[in-house]
Amino acid sequence: MTGYDEEKIAELLRLLPPAPEGWVRAAQELPAARTEIAAIVARAEADIAFRARVVADLEAALEAEGIEARPSVVAALRSRLETD
Amino acid sequence: MTTLTDAELVARCRTGEGEAWNELVERFSRYVYAIAVQAFRLSAPDAEDVFQEVFARVYEHLGRLRNDDAIRPWIAQLTRRLCIDKLRSSGREGPADTDDLDLGGFDESLSQLDEAMTVRACLDEVGESCKEILDRFFCRDESYRVIGEALDLPPGTIASRISRCLGKLRAAFEGRSDASPTSGVR
Repeated sequence: MTGYDEEKIAELLRLLPPAPEGWVRAAQELPAARTEIAAIVARAEADIAFRARVVADLEAALEAEGIEARPSVVAALRSRLETD
Repeated sequence: MTTLTDAELVARCRTGEGEAWNELVERFSRYVYAIAVQAFRLSAPDAEDVFQEVFARVYEHLGRLRNDDAIRPWIAQLTRRLCIDKLRSSGREGPADTDDLDLGGFDESLSQLDEAMTVRACLDEVGESCKEILDRFFCRDESYRVIGEALDLPPGTIASRISRCLGKLRAAFEGRSDASPTSGVR
């Protein structure tokens, strides 16, 4: 037995408020974002003109490809393209 | 999906099941958030960085987890490490001497949050209506009026419902503690 009374149980419940919805959604979209990022990086490596468009204006290049320029995707892509 | 054990959920994530990943993030999001914000008192931008990095690493390394039941302690340690890294990197730019971080205090908070996760897992055993009313009142800090409107309940009955549900939750928690004092499995 824990010997915890209801006040203590309530106190423990209060320790776990929900994380901001946007943070949770971004983490949930991670697998899809990774797939999109891999596809864009592969294309940028194979197509010099596409790479130039992406480097010049990442958000616009994504929108032109019909990909939503979510902050997580944009940040990850910037990082990948800078290191490649 | 919410009734799956942690190990079952991890196994499903490993097969690439999107719903399982969503549930895994949902299940541990409060834990990671609380460790970053309450235990380590990171600012919102730093906490968000840590939060996203934790789930990115979990996604990346899930295949290497040796014991699927150990996902919770693994996530806790990963979050702890990333929070410490964040504090140290912030310390380089500020006056705080982060080499002397009081990790004992952090670890005590972590231990409490771990216990809170076990209590939270017991919410699945008290029925959907109790789960919702307790979550709204204690975790989301909603008033009787807001809860009454959302759940279409007379405000005068909310307090007694909360009390009754809390009793059920306590019984579920104690039952779980009796069966397995160290269990981290939902």
